[in-house]
Amino acid sequence: MQTRIIIASTSLRDYLVLAIFSAVVLSAPLWAQAIGAGYPDLLQKFAIFGLFAIGYNLLFGLTGYLSFGHAAFLGVGSYATVWSFKLLSMNVIPAVLLSVAISAIFAVVIGFLSLRRTGIYFSILTLAFAQMSYNMAYSVLTPITNGETGLRVLRDDPRLIDTLLGIQVQGSPLADLFGLTLKGYAGFYFCAVMLILGFWVALRIFRSPYGMKLVAIKSNQTRMEYTGFNPRPYLLSVFVISGIYAGLAGSLMAIVDPLAGAERMQWTASGEVVLMTILGGVGTLLGPVIGAATIKYFENIFSAVNEQTLHQVFDFLPDWLNELMVTLTSPFVGDGWHLTLGVLFMVIIIFLPGGIIEGFRRIQALFQRKPGKAEEEA
Amino acid sequence: MSAQPDNIVLEIAGVNKAFGGLQALSDINLRIEQGKTHAIIGPNGAGKSTLLNTCIGLLKPDSGTIRFLGTDLTQGDLKPHDINQLGISRVFQTPAIFPDLSLVQNVMLPAFAHKEGTFRFNPFEPLRDEKDVEDEAMALLEDLGMAEQAHHHAGNLSRGDKRRLELAMCLIQHPKLLLLDEPTAGMARHDTNRTIDLLKKIKARGMTKVIIEHDMHVVFSLADRISVLAQGKIIAEGHPDEIKGHPKVREAYLGSAEI
Repeated sequence: MQTRIIIASTSLRDYLVLAIFSAVVLSAPLWAQAIGAGYPDLLQKFAIFGLFAIGYNLLFGLTGYLSFGHAAFLGVGSYATVWSFKLLSMNVIPAVLLSVAISAIFAVVIGFLSLRRTGIYFSILTLAFAQMSYNMAYSVLTPITNGETGLRVLRDDPRLIDTLLGIQVQGSPLADLFGLTLKGYAGFYFCAVMLILGFWVALRIFRSPYGMKLVAIKSNQTRMEYTGFNPRPYLLSVFVISGIYAGLAGSLMAIVDPLAGAERMQWTASGEVVLMTILGGVGTLLGPVIGAATIKYFENIFSAVNEQTLHQVFDFLPDWLNELMVTLTSPFVGDGWHLTLGVLFMVIIIFLPGGIIEGFRRIQALFQRKPGKAEEEA
Repeated sequence: MSAQPDNIVLEIAGVNKAFGGLQALSDINLRIEQGKTHAIIGPNGAGKSTLLNTCIGLLKPDSGTIRFLGTDLTQGDLKPHDINQLGISRVFQTPAIFPDLSLVQNVMLPAFAHKEGTFRFNPFEPLRDEKDVEDEAMALLEDLGMAEQAHHHAGNLSRGDKRRLELAMCLIQHPKLLLLDEPTAGMARHDTNRTIDLLKKIKARGMTKVIIEHDMHVVFSLADRISVLAQGKIIAEGHPDEIKGHPKVREAYLGSAEI
């Protein structure tokens, strides 16, 4: 699990990486068809969770500080966006800005308090803050969060800016970008652009002296202090940056589906982003995106499978064997798909501790003569 | 507290430090002159490293003062990074480097602390634009004979190589006072000689150094003054020649062996 920070990287190379990444992301509706993921709902999830994981990796991958509470920022971002839809406008620009601002404020507070400790104590503190946020969203903060029902955009919300500009909502209110309704593929492309933007910022951080200092904190924080650096502002700033990524991801969730619920803040959601990052490759640029897409893809496939489909899959077998196979495999599909995820996760951690990216690197090493596109992983 | 004469960089006065019942340092008085190399020798457990630790804020003395260029390091709430920013760099007894970074990055990093202070937020400035720093780091690695490995991971280095790397990390900060805790332990002879040469070269540039060392070859090649520490007390101090012949020193530290 080594983090590679490259000095020799030229700006040309960085732009090439960005161009390839953008091309792959923007052409997703075309190539995703081939793997049965070619519909906007799933592609939006790829982009949103990819963004979430990229931001999370800036904290965890570079500094080694394992936050177990990033879902709090995800939830805060969602609530802020829905409130912007309710009070200001269905336009996404103010919504995104508000989410970024509010999640940044939350990250400053939670980060300031949690970063007083390191290691497991830091993780526990972040977990505690996130669970507190989750429980408060369900209970005392019901006037803001609408509790269990979740916060929804209603037709007769004030929407001051829209009212001022004389924009009327027809039917159920949907997020828009200056008149372009962001649903379906339009929604995906908005998320995709945000993902590319987030990727570019992360790339720049990876290539900067600032990023190198973050890795140095992971590498030897004590040495960092005796070298004349104060680690605290470095940690807090990157904590806030990654909180903003999470807030932005939460905002995008509310943009493609204008509602926000407290379950988004639950610890399972925080755990998921940790899994995505580790599965893809901690401390790598592309790993978190790949991890996020992999998990969302498998979730989509395996959770959709039921016993009926299993019977069809094993149709070619004799009846008794068919029954046996269905009995054996059914716990792994449908609601039980988390079992599959667990197995997948264990296999990756045991055999490829550097995540899927490490798998690519090994394959690349096998075909060293062929300089493949694994170049971009750095 | 008397005013520090101009040529004194570090003045340790009446420093005591106890760990439980163990008096690790008792009434230590030491003056380190500008541009001089001051060696502290003594048997294991004499309190040498403890003394250095009090100078960088790792330990707080129970009593006494440590004045560095007019600042009392024992007063107030000086953090390790503040003390480094005052101009004290240290090579640790156990090599302390950044194993995840390459050698040249290890050396570049302290240069940023020296240039930019304790914190700088520049996530959008590419590292490749820091050509000056990189060149200086490469030159230092060249001096230490580690230029070919410059882009390898520092974590894979041998103990002796880590020490040399750590020395480069300190030197790039142009410290006003360099503290060296056994800088050549675990090094092969030719690397030791190379390190001595480098330290002599630095001395010519006027850098003040405090050095803890067991290797007498290193001590007598470099030291202008030697203090001998035994059981937390300074039992002798003087010019290397005086120390060589000092009976108490022979008894406490060298036994009956010839130097």
